[in-house]
Amino acid sequence: MTSLLHWRTDIVRTWLLALALCFLAAGARAATVEVIVADPFLELRTGPGRGYPVTQVVPRGDPVAVLKRRTDWYKVVDARGRAGWVHRDQMAMTLTAAGTQLDFRASGLDDSGQYRREVGVLAGDFEGANVITVYGSYVLNPNLAAELRLSQLLGHDFDGQIAAIGLSHLFRPDWRVQPFVSIGTGVIRIQPDATQAPEPDSTEQLAYVGAGLKTQLSRRFMFRAEYNKSVVFMDRGDNEEPTEWKLGFAFFF
Amino acid sequence: METRLRLLLLTALAALAGCATTGDATAPAAEPPAGTGSPTVIVPQVERRQVRVADVDAEDWEVGWTLGALSVEDFEVNPVYGARFAYHISEDFFAEGLFGSSDAGISSYERHSGSGALLSEADRQFLYYSLGFGWNVLPGEVFFGGKRAYNTALYLTAGAGSTKFAGDNRFTVTLGAGVRILLNDTLAAHLDLRDHILDVDVFGSDKQTHNLEATFSLTAFF
Repeated sequence: MTSLLHWRTDIVRTWLLALALCFLAAGARAATVEVIVADPFLELRTGPGRGYPVTQVVPRGDPVAVLKRRTDWYKVVDARGRAGWVHRDQMAMTLTAAGTQLDFRASGLDDSGQYRREVGVLAGDFEGANVITVYGSYVLNPNLAAELRLSQLLGHDFDGQIAAIGLSHLFRPDWRVQPFVSIGTGVIRIQPDATQAPEPDSTEQLAYVGAGLKTQLSRRFMFRAEYNKSVVFMDRGDNEEPTEWKLGFAFFF
Repeated sequence: METRLRLLLLTALAALAGCATTGDATAPAAEPPAGTGSPTVIVPQVERRQVRVADVDAEDWEVGWTLGALSVEDFEVNPVYGARFAYHISEDFFAEGLFGSSDAGISSYERHSGSGALLSEADRQFLYYSLGFGWNVLPGEVFFGGKRAYNTALYLTAGAGSTKFAGDNRFTVTLGAGVRILLNDTLAAHLDLRDHILDVDVFGSDKQTHNLEATFSLTAFF
């Protein structure tokens, strides 16, 4: 009986050990980078933000392990176990054990120091109906971007969805308020309100041209306003030309 | 002969430099240092240093569950549950997606008039999504006892989305304010107050309704 009990405890122990090893293995997969402070000192803050107080400093020449990143802040721990958050600008002043510099690049930036992907949410009016648009764009060069737009239309007489692809041209990326024009094509699905008009749902092709303005609110965050004129190629022949305006925010991703 | 050769080399060098620095009027026309009798071409043997992008675990995403109470205007206060996604753009701004579901109760009209139900059971479901942005207005720390400090942020949010209620999808503007408390490096607890503003036509004509929601959410950064 006692041996059986022992045997059972052994099994439990083995399982616990296996579980612990699994967790360790999972933990080990998250890479920890070790760097050496090259500035006079590294300031450790209590939180990932510029307002949090500096409670510790790590002097030049001391190693620190970089545990994780949240937005522009890195959590580090030094050899004495003191942990804190360090801004990206200060992390750039550290070296690897081999004396080389690591690239603590802002997320979303590519090799040439440019943001490539942009995501945004816009809301406004589409020919009397409310519209919500989510768009993603890929920057081909500083002036030109390819866009994918998905919209939901919520109107009194109809609901609908639009999916469209297009190109957008930014005239002056260096200006504070940046004007742009866009052109594209897609499909629109219209679902008339059953209580208003007993028409069936229809899916039509659509093309649009648009113009708008973008302005940077911070390095990665921007405000966007745009006006679009579309042509819906109706099956029955007489095309419709809805107008659309919307406002929203977007960010480099 | 030597002067001619030197002149030729200098011209070539100046032309090359001119090409390299397009539009730069100050092309170098300096004499080679004294003592350099014959021109030598140096091929630099510079080994290009490999710049490695720091492979650090990034935690800009947040996902979690939400539980709370939603007051559907005219239709009582009811439990609401849902999901929340966020992407932290910077220490100041974040993008947020909210999804929630609640079952509206019985309106005072239905209760007192003695007439039949205004809405079927299926139409009574209040199902919403909202996509928007948040601004961490007041980041800070709170203290629990003498030994524990938690990072917090008071934030404002604004979003647009759609609510399925009373048999139709309705355009909804969502405004809110909340507090996020980081329990540790990964887990966060939120307390939110939100107003879902939408037009409802249950009682005949369109009427703007304010549907207030108070929720608690538990989220994880990854």
